[in-house]
Amino acid sequence: MYTETQIISNSNDELVVNVGPQHPATHGVLHLVITLQGETIKKVEPHLGYIHRSIEKMCESLTYRQFIYASSRMDYLSAHINNHACALAVEKGMQIEVPQRAQYIRVIMDELTRIASHELWWGAMAMDLGAFTPFFYAFREREKITDIMEETCGARLTMNYMVPGGVMTDIHPDFQKKVKEFIELFKSKIDEYDELVTGNIIFQNRTKGVGYLSKADAISYGCTGAVARGSGVSCDIRKLYPYDIYDKVVFDEILETEGDSFARYMVRMREMRESVKIIEQLIDNIPEGEHQAKTKAVLKLPKGDFYTRVETARGELGVYIVSEGATTPYRIKFRSPGFSNLSALDQMARGGKIGDLMATMGTLDLVIPDIDR
Amino acid sequence: MFIKEYITEIAKATKSLWTGMRLTGHYFIRLKTVITEQYPDNRDTLKMAERFRGEVTMPHDENNQHACTGCTACELACPNATIKVITKFELTPENKKKKALDTFVYHLDMCTLCGLCVDACPTGAIQMGQNFEHSVYDRSTLTKKLNKPGSKIREGVE
Repeated sequence: MYTETQIISNSNDELVVNVGPQHPATHGVLHLVITLQGETIKKVEPHLGYIHRSIEKMCESLTYRQFIYASSRMDYLSAHINNHACALAVEKGMQIEVPQRAQYIRVIMDELTRIASHELWWGAMAMDLGAFTPFFYAFREREKITDIMEETCGARLTMNYMVPGGVMTDIHPDFQKKVKEFIELFKSKIDEYDELVTGNIIFQNRTKGVGYLSKADAISYGCTGAVARGSGVSCDIRKLYPYDIYDKVVFDEILETEGDSFARYMVRMREMRESVKIIEQLIDNIPEGEHQAKTKAVLKLPKGDFYTRVETARGELGVYIVSEGATTPYRIKFRSPGFSNLSALDQMARGGKIGDLMATMGTLDLVIPDIDR
Repeated sequence: MFIKEYITEIAKATKSLWTGMRLTGHYFIRLKTVITEQYPDNRDTLKMAERFRGEVTMPHDENNQHACTGCTACELACPNATIKVITKFELTPENKKKKALDTFVYHLDMCTLCGLCVDACPTGAIQMGQNFEHSVYDRSTLTKKLNKPGSKIREGVE
């Protein structure tokens, strides 16, 4: 293991520089081996595995109710959406009909999580480029969402609110009021974000035309989420393969065609406004009824394999369960969005300057536990 | 022509920087918008949400009675083997053997506070507490016995 930054020079006048595993801009323990010629990047090689916890293997010994909590620890910023994917997979296997009320609550929570995740990304991305203040502005509004989560779900980050067949408890009586208050507040604050960072000339010069990823490359690397949509690939699972009540709400799939860092930035900024639109449509129309379908105490999936996918804040998360008919899964595979998005980093950074690498990495919105699992 | 473009670009750039600085200045002079909580100083007024999951607790009523039947549903529901329910057999007035709770061992150091045990409990014997200040000097103090000494099961709970 590399304990400190080592600089190695080879025969072609190339420098090999290690960024990480402990580096503020890598947002976790990610190790990048960068080959440089002067200031130009020749190759970026990510080394993974520093926080591999073998969640997939752990899930094999957990029951279908228990394994949902483990998925919160992958992409902790969109923990609720991860839980949603797992719950959907179990429901698909058991053929459980989820009550309407639970579906509405799930989708509202998903979108709140998405806003919270994008806000943290926005702050961290600006911090990568040297602007420190946006981080506080982003966290100011994110705090409101975590408060809502704390009140209804019981936890701020790893909610574990999903159970197969619905949600664990009914929403808090103040939930609708608080969400509406937040939406009103957030609409004015998101304009502040644009004022502070999007229009800033330094920010634009550092992101426009940097970290280009073509549409063909985005598809061949298997990029999803804002990274692919910034290159013009239509890949929003909420639109293409709607789950729960996403087919009933009206929203746009955000597409930008430039494929550079600024395009990916704009996709996320505009996605936040779309999430607000979705919540506004649902929050007043939560139907009355059960919040959880009646399920057996011990769940047993029939023999077979089940795959579901959802759109997390980072891209497509797939959950693949192979069942042998027992109470625990035979094999679980998570297709995490961060892993595929990171693989395109080499393509984006190659030929660019080392100073732009951090801007490019920032727009990938990497969460390292999601990559390692 | 080139000079004109050059100057407009500089003017635009200066304006964009000024817009950002104006927003920062706006909050800089308005102290009411400061949202920082002075955490250790505001402990008296700090109130956690009702549903906040801080630790597993077992509420006892005034007669030192709890509602745990020792069915081990929570133990089975726990993903981390945090809970260990030790049961014993007690004699009922009709001279029948009945399963009862002896010790409810709770390992807070292994708990991920997922709330599955509370969800699984059929009698509502365990709840999630709001206490979140769990730091201790000795790890072994985090292994707790939740049922109070001398406590009994509440009558009518099956």
